[in-house]
Amino acid sequence: MPAGRGARLLRSPGFAVGAAIVGFAAIVALLAPWIVPYDPFAIDLDRRLVPPSFMEGGDPRNFLGTDQLGRDYFSRLIYGTRISMVIGVLTVITSGLIGITLGILGGFYGGKVDDAVVFAITTRLSIPAVLVALAVAALRGSSFMLVVLVLGLLLWDRFAVVARSTTMQIRNLDYVAAAWCAGVSRWWVLTREVLPNIATHLAVVATLEMALAILLEAALSFLGLGVPPPLPSWGLMISEAKEYMFFSPWVIIVPGAALFVLVMGVNLLGDALRDMMGTDLSR
Amino acid sequence: MLRFFVRRFAVAVLVALTVLTLAFMLTRLSGDLAISIAGPNATAADVEQIRQVYGLNRPLYVQYLDWLGRALQGDFGESYFFRDRVAKLIAGRMPVTVTLGLVGLSIALVVSLPLGILAAVKEGTWVDRLVGVFAMIGQAMPSFWLGLLLMIVFGLQLAWLPISGVESWDGFILPGVVLAFSAIPSLTRLTRSGMIEALASDYIRTARAKGLTRLSILVKHGFRNAAIPVVSIAAVQLGFMLGGSIVIETVFALHGVGYLAWESISKNDFPVVQAVVLVLALIYIGLTLLADLLNAVLDPRLRTG
Amino acid sequence: MIELLEIRDLRVTIGSTAAVRGASLAVTKGETHCLVGESGCGKSITALSVMGLLPRGARRETTALRFAGEEIGRYGEREMERLRGDRMAMIFQEPMTSLNPAYTVGSQMTEVLRRHRGTSRAQAVDRAAELLARVGITAPGLRLGQYPHQLSGGLRQRVMIAMALMCDPELLIADEPTTALDVTVQAQILRLLAGLQKDLGLGILLITHDLGVVARVADRVSVMYAGEVVESAPTAALFAAPKHPYTRGLLSCVPVPGKVKRDEPLGSIPGVVPRIQPGFTGCGFRDRCAWANAACAGSIPRRGAGEGHEVLCTLPPDWSREAAA
Repeated sequence: MPAGRGARLLRSPGFAVGAAIVGFAAIVALLAPWIVPYDPFAIDLDRRLVPPSFMEGGDPRNFLGTDQLGRDYFSRLIYGTRISMVIGVLTVITSGLIGITLGILGGFYGGKVDDAVVFAITTRLSIPAVLVALAVAALRGSSFMLVVLVLGLLLWDRFAVVARSTTMQIRNLDYVAAAWCAGVSRWWVLTREVLPNIATHLAVVATLEMALAILLEAALSFLGLGVPPPLPSWGLMISEAKEYMFFSPWVIIVPGAALFVLVMGVNLLGDALRDMMGTDLSR
Repeated sequence: MLRFFVRRFAVAVLVALTVLTLAFMLTRLSGDLAISIAGPNATAADVEQIRQVYGLNRPLYVQYLDWLGRALQGDFGESYFFRDRVAKLIAGRMPVTVTLGLVGLSIALVVSLPLGILAAVKEGTWVDRLVGVFAMIGQAMPSFWLGLLLMIVFGLQLAWLPISGVESWDGFILPGVVLAFSAIPSLTRLTRSGMIEALASDYIRTARAKGLTRLSILVKHGFRNAAIPVVSIAAVQLGFMLGGSIVIETVFALHGVGYLAWESISKNDFPVVQAVVLVLALIYIGLTLLADLLNAVLDPRLRTG
Repeated sequence: MIELLEIRDLRVTIGSTAAVRGASLAVTKGETHCLVGESGCGKSITALSVMGLLPRGARRETTALRFAGEEIGRYGEREMERLRGDRMAMIFQEPMTSLNPAYTVGSQMTEVLRRHRGTSRAQAVDRAAELLARVGITAPGLRLGQYPHQLSGGLRQRVMIAMALMCDPELLIADEPTTALDVTVQAQILRLLAGLQKDLGLGILLITHDLGVVARVADRVSVMYAGEVVESAPTAALFAAPKHPYTRGLLSCVPVPGKVKRDEPLGSIPGVVPRIQPGFTGCGFRDRCAWANAACAGSIPRRGAGEGHEVLCTLPPDWSREAAA
């Protein structure tokens, strides 16, 4: 990457905000066991639905209050960061491996191989992802790893589309075609020309998919078929608290806002990356 | 042109058949379907009886071919829970889901087309940036959370709109808005980039040189060309919206196809789940075909090429 | 006599580039006035300034910008809209992309007349068909119903010309109308423009970098360099006795059969057109000019050099004879 691009990326406000949010979330996720004020699973039925400390009726001991089982909301929120981040990253790795492999195969070899890849992408897109994920979770019994696996198996389409089209473009560049004709190995073209050139495009897709995975995990957990209780997934926290939302709206505002901010941060990173490349590609 | 559509249609049929097969495999994922259906308290004899009744004791390929043959005739079997034909159940719930999808798409278009055009005309200004931020917010908003927030604000605090059910038309407004939010960011961005491209083109310069009014230049000459990709993406988005309706229908307790699927999933009513997956997939496939057709209708270069 | 178009001291800055720096020229009714120069010297920007079609971010200033005696320099967007396509029309270099791909030829042609004259659709269609026939298109009825992508480049440029003539304009600005076309088609289009000019009494401002085109169709020529009109003369006078070193350089780059011997190298002008920042003074050509002297960095006088012949140079008008000797 030329120095100019990197410098422009670092200067863009979107990148700064996005990196700050995601970086902060990553640190919180990593250090969760050491920074939580209380055990996020410790139930205290005598102190249920205590409002956050800054609200009327709040208790300074619980910064963000307690949930319907008296568990410390702030501690649960911190552990929830861990769940969202891990699911986001693992899903991107799984779906990235599937999608990039398929996309490069199709774009690189063309012909029948490409037809098969396009067919796989079309089929995947026609399957309603949320519904299938829910059905699988219901059949196999929901668990953390199952969510990762299902999302990973469902969210590879965009990786494949982008990897395929960029591989094709690069494969058809004059100098690459010339090198090809001159008899260099496929491996050489793939590792020296294709992979480095599609890496930035795939980085953009990775951020988009991570954001989507985080949102979908929350939706699945919200519907009760994602991460199983008592794990403090943000989606599950909203689901468990929604009966109380009309009297204490903060019980859904707190985890929802966390989800919104994290997804926003990931998207900001992706947009900054895309802008950086977009302007460079058009020149 | 015709050849393109014949080929396109053949692929669509093939995709549909693949989805059919996948839908069958989906329900066999659990290992033994009979145990899932019988539930945790069933005896071995119960399970055996269920196997007999549902034909689950036959070889897998026989079950598959049997299911495929029936599904192709529109027969998705009988619901274990509702004790009714699955096809009839789905048909009964479809109007709610389709209405919701169309309301959502209309709201999305009404919001994103003007915003996209505005951002393109004011490219690089604070207006453009504001539209970008709005799209960004829409993209990061978890739909179920937005639904709950709108219920608190408009349903409870302001008491303007019903918070669940669709006994009257206004029950569609809140869920429609939430559903629209999932399509607004991409439609707005697409409109904006299409308009920017169109406005920078030579034919816009010609239109200005002809002394046409600003409105005519923007709408007749600019948007007409920017709209081509937007229309086809809108059709595809409608497919995604229907597929994603399960979350919103559950939040707002709208008894559409998504809600039916959710009920069936929690009751282990697999024929229904299977059929809903299939129907939603078929609708999506149909909509992408429609998108290609619309593209050809709107773009004379494809139509008369 | 009132000139059809009179530009006096036009200055256009785009960002930190002075694209046009005090250019002046005049087009008389019924004449073809050629504006020549290398790419990037400000020809197109000058034309777009007249039409009020400058890109966003461009700033235009003039002492006078008159069209048929009216000062249009201060016209607002609304007033310019009414003028464009009606009394002054423009055609462009890129016939392939200058027509809207989404509409038929007929719909794009008729909308001009309907906009400016409010004529009925049927009348506008008749007029469009008549003009298509006038620009040499056979089966105009068929062409009206076709889309731009169904026409060749030459046909599209003819459509553009016919479209420009819909409202019987007094001035037609043609920005390199033949550059993108095949040589045979170029000749046809030029002949067409010349014929139209004669029949309709049009004033044409033809922008080109092709001196062959100039020699064939121009009544007058203005040579532009680095945002200035450095020399302006009747065509014959300019070709016979170019006064500005740049014009001489330009003419020496063109092979003339009979005059240039075989194997004798053609002339060339060393260097490229510079990008000039605002605040630049003196002659823009001095870095590439073999006769440059200290005076060229100061303000350059505009000298008369015979009937209707003006040159912007510090050298005396008869320098070229000495240089040739």
